[in-house]
Amino acid sequence: MVDIVIIGAGVSGCAIAREVSRYKADVLVLEREEDVCCGTSKANSAIVHAGYDAANGSLMAKLNVEGSRLMPALSKELDFPYENNGSLVVMVSEDDRPALNKLYENGVANGVEGLRIVERDELVRMEPNISDQAVAALYAPTGAIVCPFGLTFALAENAARNGVRFQFDTEVTGIGKTDGGWKLSTTRGDVEAKVVVNAAGVYADKLHNMVSEDAMTITPRRGDYFLLDHSAQGHVSHTIFQLPGKFGKGVLVAPTVHGNIIVGPTAIDIEDKEGVATTQAGLDEVRAKCGLAVKDVPLRQTITSFAGLRAHEARHEFFIGEVQPGFVDCAGIESPGLSSAPAIGVMVSGIVRDILKLEENPNFEAKRKGILDPKGLDAEAHAALIRENPAYGTVICRCETVTEGEIVDAIRRVPGARSVDGVKRRVRAGMGRCQGGFCSPRVMEILARELGVDQSAITKAGAGSELIVGVNKDAI
Amino acid sequence: MEEKNLICINCPLGCPLTVTLENGEVKAVAGNTCPRGEAYARKELTNPTRIVTSTVKVRGGTLAMASVKTAGDIPKGKIFDCVKAIQDIELPAPVAIGQVVLADVCGTGVDIVATKNVPVKG
Amino acid sequence: MREYELVIIGGGPAGLAAAVAAHEAGLRDILILERDNELGGILNQCIHNGFGLHTFKEELTGPEYAGRFIEQVKKLDIPYKLNTMVLDLAADKTVTAMNREDGLFQLHPKAVILAMGCRERPRGALSIPGCRPAGIYTAGTAQRLVNMEGYMPGRKVVILGSGDIGLIMARRMTLEGAQVQVVAELMPYSGGLKRNIVQCLDDYGIPLKLSHTVVDIEGKKRVEAVTIAQVDGNNRPIPGTEERYECDTLLLSCGLIPENELSRSAGVELNPITNGPTVNESLETSIPGVFAAGNVLHVHDLVDYVSEEAGAAGRQAAGYIAAGCREEEHKALPIKCANGVRYTVPVAIRPGAAGDTVTLRFRVGNVYKNKKVAVYAGDACVFSRKRPVLAPGEMETVILKTSLLTDHPEADGITVTLEEA
Repeated sequence: MVDIVIIGAGVSGCAIAREVSRYKADVLVLEREEDVCCGTSKANSAIVHAGYDAANGSLMAKLNVEGSRLMPALSKELDFPYENNGSLVVMVSEDDRPALNKLYENGVANGVEGLRIVERDELVRMEPNISDQAVAALYAPTGAIVCPFGLTFALAENAARNGVRFQFDTEVTGIGKTDGGWKLSTTRGDVEAKVVVNAAGVYADKLHNMVSEDAMTITPRRGDYFLLDHSAQGHVSHTIFQLPGKFGKGVLVAPTVHGNIIVGPTAIDIEDKEGVATTQAGLDEVRAKCGLAVKDVPLRQTITSFAGLRAHEARHEFFIGEVQPGFVDCAGIESPGLSSAPAIGVMVSGIVRDILKLEENPNFEAKRKGILDPKGLDAEAHAALIRENPAYGTVICRCETVTEGEIVDAIRRVPGARSVDGVKRRVRAGMGRCQGGFCSPRVMEILARELGVDQSAITKAGAGSELIVGVNKDAI
Repeated sequence: MEEKNLICINCPLGCPLTVTLENGEVKAVAGNTCPRGEAYARKELTNPTRIVTSTVKVRGGTLAMASVKTAGDIPKGKIFDCVKAIQDIELPAPVAIGQVVLADVCGTGVDIVATKNVPVKG
Repeated sequence: MREYELVIIGGGPAGLAAAVAAHEAGLRDILILERDNELGGILNQCIHNGFGLHTFKEELTGPEYAGRFIEQVKKLDIPYKLNTMVLDLAADKTVTAMNREDGLFQLHPKAVILAMGCRERPRGALSIPGCRPAGIYTAGTAQRLVNMEGYMPGRKVVILGSGDIGLIMARRMTLEGAQVQVVAELMPYSGGLKRNIVQCLDDYGIPLKLSHTVVDIEGKKRVEAVTIAQVDGNNRPIPGTEERYECDTLLLSCGLIPENELSRSAGVELNPITNGPTVNESLETSIPGVFAAGNVLHVHDLVDYVSEEAGAAGRQAAGYIAAGCREEEHKALPIKCANGVRYTVPVAIRPGAAGDTVTLRFRVGNVYKNKKVAVYAGDACVFSRKRPVLAPGEMETVILKTSLLTDHPEADGITVTLEEA
């Protein structure tokens, strides 16, 4: 019997795992996919919301503001990309002024620092490509952007470093009460635990409903996005939202920490919890709306489009707490879930600590070093690195200049990359303008070598997504 | 009398050719803009041939495969037989361009030759 | 690191031909930088035949064609570095590159030839809706897997785009045992050669559906089905025309994009139509001493023309260095494209700097029949040739006598246009 099972290795599950690793406990994270960061955490706006949006007094508002406050220090401690670029909620009609003022007041009440309303003149100076209809905006200097993969991997690696175990390709299919806790049936055998944390994203309702009479429904809310090439960099520097109002709810246009521009999302409620297919209508909607707050968005520079699911609960609130003795929900974690993750981790680990009366782990190491990106080194250090490890001299991904050294590091991490997408999310190989056209065969080769398997066993994203189906002439 | 339709491949014009055949013999070609069209149609209907290119496995080379081709045209109808004939061939490295991989493939009198230099690995 | 007078970025067909020509023009201090582990570039994976009819008067496969040039480079002892990635090119021609052996290094050549080639347009840039499972490859990636590594990327295949690589891969996959169900092409005409349509599709009974595109991709882990639909005149799918194909693979052959990230970092002026550098008659970019040739300049359909163009760039670079890297001032005549001519390479001609002839290459924007290609110096027609058919997939070449331009000293520009024949 383990002390704690955390179901779900998304950003919430990993944040909880990392925080709970501060205590002496045997912790196991179960994940149905092949890697961490495979659900909602991998496909979102990559925004750290300042916290003016969530209703004052809600848990969502509290954790958002706290998470946003914790994020800068955490990014240093765990070495993941974070940038405090500030955000703007743009109003495109004077009619919407009351709504903008209301948002400002809500933000102040939530404790968001530095909020102010900027009028058109200043707005244009801040963002030369702001739309011609823009009248004013709510400026949140604490708004930021983050690499959602980087954050999640950092949390997971640090948790693993502090003793948390991760088990992938393991779906929880049933939960039953036992004398000392819970028995979980999984696709890879039974697991018993004293405490279970449900951080299962869009599936959190399913797990919740296995133990609670008080039924919950999580609706997958799909968001379609465009990601633009580096050549579009600089089109906007702040995260630019459009104030919901006269022209409906807009889409955001924001830089990413890696120098791309992200545009989206839509908000389409669907039934399929795996429904991450983009649709023509969804992409068209983003195309149509993105110009409301920002002009001339260079959608021609699109390198990929994708869709993600938010785990939406009808009350639009986070549901965190012990719903049955020893069963802790962390559900309804939709936007601003990424922003709130550090605070969610602290809150849930506190609940678990109190249930199990955990003691501090004296060996807890708070720091984690990210995968070395040689691009950040000066010429001398860079040259020394290649002398020491020539793999850093071989460029595999040409578009993002990712070397073999970085890819090997990504594979050897714990938990490490086991698929082409796992490599891509960790070091950006294949994330650039050619989208893996040149480098994916090379990445497959390196994965096969490092994992000691045949290249035909290499997958895009776990079992069933094998990239090679056979050898030449094997079926003629 | 029998009519067959072809598209000429000699230039981007892609003339739609109508060929009249009698007992397998070309009687007339229509639709062509230039004489190359007629010559193409006659060849294509009486004795269509193709160069076949493919790959064979290499053992101990810097590459796992070496590209190969038929050294000359083979009858179009023998393309798949030709590919089958090299299905199990595995060449030891080194492989040199022009090296005969399989002589007289499928009785066509045409050799399969390597089109790629593959040096020994290491 | 020892310095070189001429650095050629790219060891594919353009880089190889440029190196050989520069050497033949008397330049001895040349270095080729190649990012792959062998010379030859994309030709190494183009194992089909049809290369070299112009250059060698015989039909070669890609590796054979590359082999001829590689042999010359080796015979001439032209140095090259493999597995070497150029990370930056500066406006002063400083080349920053990296490999395992030399680490991070800089070169300061007198001249640079850009010969980086092109890449394929990926699925993302096409914004095809649907899932993002395994089994979606650009045709070139599949070509590398099959032809160089011997791996089958799929069994049941749908191909989007009828560019030559897509057509060639339809045949390759078929011959290796896959079932290619359909090739869908967005445009009302194919961008591929007629010969490839007949010999790669018709020979194997593979249908080509013009004015069709992919409207949905199904499959969570691996592609399970692809739906194509007919498009209207604005390339929008027409509801009700959807056809669903069960398959495990979607290959994309939807266009090639010159790889000009280095050119951009150097500040080389680019032509928004070709996505390649703007060059003058000497294939010199907006930065003196930086030349460009091959697919980095504009996407070619025949490698023979790449070699020819790159040879000219090599000679020009050698001449530039021999002249002490100084250039005389010459009047430049900008070239205007009219009436369906999409672009020209070069974009300007300096008659005073040109040799006896100037090679003009261009493409048209649509399929045209019974037209005349005409070139004007100012208002005077200096060249005219009948063309029964012109298509976007076929590059046009005009070789202009320089004297025809110098005969019209009053001309301030050149126009290349299509006229009724």
